[in-house]
Amino acid sequence: MIAQRRGATSEPVASIVIEPSSGWAALNLRELWAYRELLYFFVWRDLKVRYKQTVFGVLWAVIQPFMLMVVFSLFLGRLSGIAPAGVPYPLFAFAGLVPWTLFAKSLSGSSDSLVGASNLIQKVFFPRLLLPVSALGSQLLDFVIAMAVLVLLMLYFGTVPSLAFLWVLPLTVLALAVALGAGVWLSAANVRYRDVRYLVPFLVQIWLFASPVAYSADIVPPAWLGLYYLNPMAGVIEAYRWAMLGGAGGPPVGALLASTIVTAAVLLTGLAYFRRVERTFADVI
Amino acid sequence: MSEPAIRVEGLSKRYQIGRQRDPHGRLTESLFGAFRRPIDMARGRLRRTDDWIWALRDVSFEVGVGDVVGVIGRNGSGKTTLLKVLSRITEPTTGKAFLNGRVGSLLEVGTGFHPELTGRENVFMSGAVLGMRRNEITRKFDEIVEFAGIGQFLDTPVKRYSTGMQVRLGFAVAAHLEPDILFIDEVLAVGDADFQKKCLGKMSELGHGGRTILFVSHSMPAVLRLCEQAILLDHGHVVTAGPTPGVVRAYLESDLGPTSERRWDDSSMAPGDDEVRLRHIRVAPASGGRGDEIDITEPIDVEIEYWSAGNLRPAVNFHVYNGEGICLFAVSDFSSKGWQNLPLRAGVIRSRCRIPGSFLAEGRMTINVAVDTFNPYVGRAGEVDAIAFQVVDRTEGEGVRGVYTGEWPGVIRPMLDWTVDWFPAAGIT
Repeated sequence: MIAQRRGATSEPVASIVIEPSSGWAALNLRELWAYRELLYFFVWRDLKVRYKQTVFGVLWAVIQPFMLMVVFSLFLGRLSGIAPAGVPYPLFAFAGLVPWTLFAKSLSGSSDSLVGASNLIQKVFFPRLLLPVSALGSQLLDFVIAMAVLVLLMLYFGTVPSLAFLWVLPLTVLALAVALGAGVWLSAANVRYRDVRYLVPFLVQIWLFASPVAYSADIVPPAWLGLYYLNPMAGVIEAYRWAMLGGAGGPPVGALLASTIVTAAVLLTGLAYFRRVERTFADVI
Repeated sequence: MSEPAIRVEGLSKRYQIGRQRDPHGRLTESLFGAFRRPIDMARGRLRRTDDWIWALRDVSFEVGVGDVVGVIGRNGSGKTTLLKVLSRITEPTTGKAFLNGRVGSLLEVGTGFHPELTGRENVFMSGAVLGMRRNEITRKFDEIVEFAGIGQFLDTPVKRYSTGMQVRLGFAVAAHLEPDILFIDEVLAVGDADFQKKCLGKMSELGHGGRTILFVSHSMPAVLRLCEQAILLDHGHVVTAGPTPGVVRAYLESDLGPTSERRWDDSSMAPGDDEVRLRHIRVAPASGGRGDEIDITEPIDVEIEYWSAGNLRPAVNFHVYNGEGICLFAVSDFSSKGWQNLPLRAGVIRSRCRIPGSFLAEGRMTINVAVDTFNPYVGRAGEVDAIAFQVVDRTEGEGVRGVYTGEWPGVIRPMLDWTVDWFPAAGIT
């Protein structure tokens, strides 16, 4: 009986030491790996639950960016110089909105992930980092669907995806890293300061205007570009658009480099902050 | 010979209180606090010691591999905090603990349930949250469903389940966890009596399977039945630890346990539901006065007062347990005339039952109280170890034992009718 039980456990019998920790703690990657199945289940649950009892179901993944595209086209599309000539504005806007929506929803989802799971946090142990991470994972399905619609829209406007389209994969990773970087900061702060709940929608709105989603970065005065590309999403969106719609020259390397550096800084400090305050989550949530 | 499964060394946990008005700090508060704190300190307004409470204080013990240990103590004694620290939900303030083996903890029934998911989906969700592997859940799936007895509702969202069904499913998942060390908090206090019995059975099965279990409970009968060892906590300290009967007796006989009267001033905290809510329970000698100590010859009144919405006719029952956790008897007002005449209107109902004098044995008695409605049977309100009292035999010659002062056996000590005849010696041939 006992032997059978041990056999069922794939991990060796680990001994756990419980003691107060202090200061900064490193990421426990082994533990995260051991809990990978739970991460899968969190994502699975979010996907199962998200569109239950809705009429439009998974169509919502497309409706939101699509309607924004319509609104942008009606009100901004006529302004001259907002987007490069030669690309139909609706396509231009949608190519920016698809990665933007992935980012914005991942950011809001992960910011809310810990407070939304407060009951779990008080009742069972697991690496808390799984929660903000799982909030990203569950947005990927919506993203893939919206991406498919984007390709259809491209074909409709007569744009055929080129080999540069493959850039979408690393760019998606970068967009998720930006969302996670901000998400770990905000989710951890949200546990103690519920102000975050009010801050996030507002932040997402401002961030949208500060990113080249409705307009092209070309309209930003050159003197401001250095500052402008400190927004990691600026480089990401520009690069997405280059990858999908093509355009003059190669990828916006400088912008991407700035984006990667800022993202790494935000993500690493965010993880450090998260690990530091993680130990008090159950007490203050 | 071998490493203990659990070794706890000087474990302490401190919580901050005193910010009750606003448990979630606000950013402004901490911003302004940064300015205000030095000023407060200068004025001597900062009473730090008031703001902290020690939920655990220097707790040390060891649990051997395969031992089943009960943790008892009244509310707020630190039992749940201990489990939370050992399950790594919260960190200790000082001290250390070592756990050898895979750990599972069960602090509520239905951990990880999502109301929108179906029963089938929730088995996987809850199993994963509690630390089971996916293939492990798949393997035990049928067994879990059978244990819960919810077969035909498997594909119904859990939000449409009755509370009882949710509890059954939740426990069924938990009961199939197979960690080396299992922490269980009071989860048996839910569900109907039959299911509780089933859970207790499963628990003792787990215990015999070589699993180390730390079991927090208010139910002395459950602790006595399941645990060879027990730990008594009070104010975060270990008061005593050792073989269960002695620890339970220490708890019941100290002023840490329940008393002869229980009153719920805040009805929202009282056991019950929309139909029935307990208000007041007390035990007293028939001649009046307090009931903490009652003479063995004295008749005893048990009085249970509860609020009823009046839609149904609730019936009260109580179980009397002795210090060894044996249920001496159970009674209900179901059969009384007064009960049959209860009007179906909202109001407060007081049921009183008289236990005859010279019936109970001496010792510590505890009473579990429940209020149920029928057709279908629903347990409305229940309180384990609601009240307790001490029966004393003063051996002044009026009781069963007369003037005999030695050990008197038996779980009850009834004064029965004797017929004693005398015949002259010559009359017997």
